[in-house]
Formats: sequence, structure tokens, C-alpha cells
Amino acid sequence: MQENQNLTFQKGIKDGLPICLGYISVSFTFGMAVVSGGMPAWVAVLISMTNLTSAGQFAGLDIILNGGMYLELAVTTFVINIRYMLMSLSLAQKVDSAMTVLQRCAVSFGVTDEIFAVAMQQKGEINTRYFAGLLLTPYVGWAAGTLAGATAAGLLPLSVRSALGIAIYGMFIAIIVPPMSKTKPVAVVVVTAALLSCIFRWTPLLSSLSSGWVIILCAVIASAFAAMRYPVEEEEGA
Amino acid sequence: MNYPRIFLCIFIMAAVTYLTRMPPLVIFKKKITNRFVKSFLAYVPYAVLSAMTFPEILYSTGNMVSAVFGLAAALLLAYKGRGLLTVAVGSVAVVFIVEQALQYIII
Repeated sequence: MQENQNLTFQKGIKDGLPICLGYISVSFTFGMAVVSGGMPAWVAVLISMTNLTSAGQFAGLDIILNGGMYLELAVTTFVINIRYMLMSLSLAQKVDSAMTVLQRCAVSFGVTDEIFAVAMQQKGEINTRYFAGLLLTPYVGWAAGTLAGATAAGLLPLSVRSALGIAIYGMFIAIIVPPMSKTKPVAVVVVTAALLSCIFRWTPLLSSLSSGWVIILCAVIASAFAAMRYPVEEEEGA
Repeated sequence: MNYPRIFLCIFIMAAVTYLTRMPPLVIFKKKITNRFVKSFLAYVPYAVLSAMTFPEILYSTGNMVSAVFGLAAALLLAYKGRGLLTVAVGSVAVVFIVEQALQYIII
């Protein structure tokens, strides 16, 4: 099989740059959230450098701060990041067959929504050096943004920090609302999950269940319901 | 601060996250053909984020009044297709203004 010559390490770095810029703003919010929750800045950076996942980190942080159980933390992290399985699975058909097991183990660390999306846009097979470049810039941006946010949060007055509590949720809304207006099934998924979550929170007996389990239950029920009613088109990626 | 617990939590998060990414790329070469599984996986991220946001967003600020205004601002900005940072900062700004205004009204 002919090697994909135009996919160099440098091209990977360059293609990763827009992702990097986007990540700085998101990880900045994460850094602030960790410090606002009462933990030191290096904890925020350590989480970002070992996880590299936005929704998963925010959910994990929520559970850590609320004193949740380890099992709850593990299951929540798994459910939120279960989509990476699908992406890695798609990438497995896309990568160069010359990629060794060790290289696959290394680059799989960088499978995120955005990196996956850019990688899948490339023509032909993806080699290790391109993938390495593609994940390096966003990784550096993710870590640096976290540190900047964590540092900034400590310097802010209390009145601002109180208002910052809504930042994570504002970000989540920015992710879920645009696709809702484009496709009906996503709107159904979002509304169903939100309603279920409200029911769990405001019904006397159910409210004793901790937030991690509630999120898992709501997500599984809403996604399964939508998957039965609105199966995705065959040719669609994910 | 309970550092052993924090370290263990970070390790669990990192290990579980890596275990969702690594095995499919290393082991599997076949495509998922089951339509239900594919659809389910496509919808999961939205469902998770939605369940995390509602109704928790109402309790995320100093009081529920400012949170409602912040939520409205976030929904409007997101509906207009603004980016993550703009929506997040916009809702924070609205919450901040409302909380400052409420102080004067109460006094």
C-alpha cells in the first residue's frame, strides 16, 4: 500500500492549531471550576494532562467535589466517554496498517471529538506522524488553558466567582442547543434527558439518589428511547 | 484536603477514559453494523450533557433568580449559534449583573 506522503508531522501540528485555540477557552473554564471548588491549580492541570476530555472532566470534578463514590465516578466517566469507543472503532479502519500496536496505544490517548473529526476528514489512510502532530497542539493548549484558568480564578473577587458557577452549564448549553435546532431526534434526546433529570431531582424519594447515577440513568433511558424511535442513517459516521 | 482520595479519583478518571479509547483502535478492525447500538452511541453525549445541566444550572449561582436569567442568556446565545466561550462568558456576565442589581433592590 502506498504511503500517504502529504500527511506530515508539520501538517498535523498545523491542523491541530484551530482545535488548540478552541481547547484553551474550554480548559480555561475547567481550570477555574477546579479552583472555585476549593482545589489547588496543580490538581486541575494534572486532571487535564491525564484525561484530555471536556465533559468527562467536568462530570468527574462534580463527583469529586460532592464526595461521590469511586464506582459512581468510574461508571459516570465510562458512560460519558463511551462515544470514544465508537470514534476509535471508526479510526481503526482509517489508520495506516503499518501502525504498530505501541503506536496505536499512544495515539489512542488523543481521540477526542474534535481530533477525531479532523482526522476523519483526511483523504486516505492516516499515519502515526500526522496523528502525533494533530494531537500534540491541542494537548498543549488543553494543559496551558487549564493552568491559566486555575491561576485566574484565584485572583478573582468572590462576587465574580459566584457568577462563574454557571459557566460550565453555559458551555454545555452551547454544545447541545445548535444540533437541537437542526435535527429533531437530538431535540427529543435533550428534552427527554432534561425532564427525567428534573423528575429525579424534585421527586421526594428519587432525590436521595446521587447525581452521578441520575445522569447515567437519564442518559441511558433517553438515548435508548431515541435510538429505537429515530435510528441514525446507515451512512452517517456518528 | 484529602489528597489520597483526589489522586485515586484522578487515576480512576484517567484509566477509565483511556480504556474507552485504546482497545477499539488496537483490537477491533470490524465496523459496528448494529443500527440500534450506533444510534444509541450517537445520542449519548447529548443526553449526558442535558441531564447534567438540568435542573443543576438553577442551583449553580448565588440565587435562583440570577440563575434563571443566566440560563435564558445561555439559551439565547446558543440558539444564535455563538461559540462555547461566548455563551459561557455571556451567561456569567448576565448572572453577575443580576446579582449586583439584586443587592441594591434588597438594600
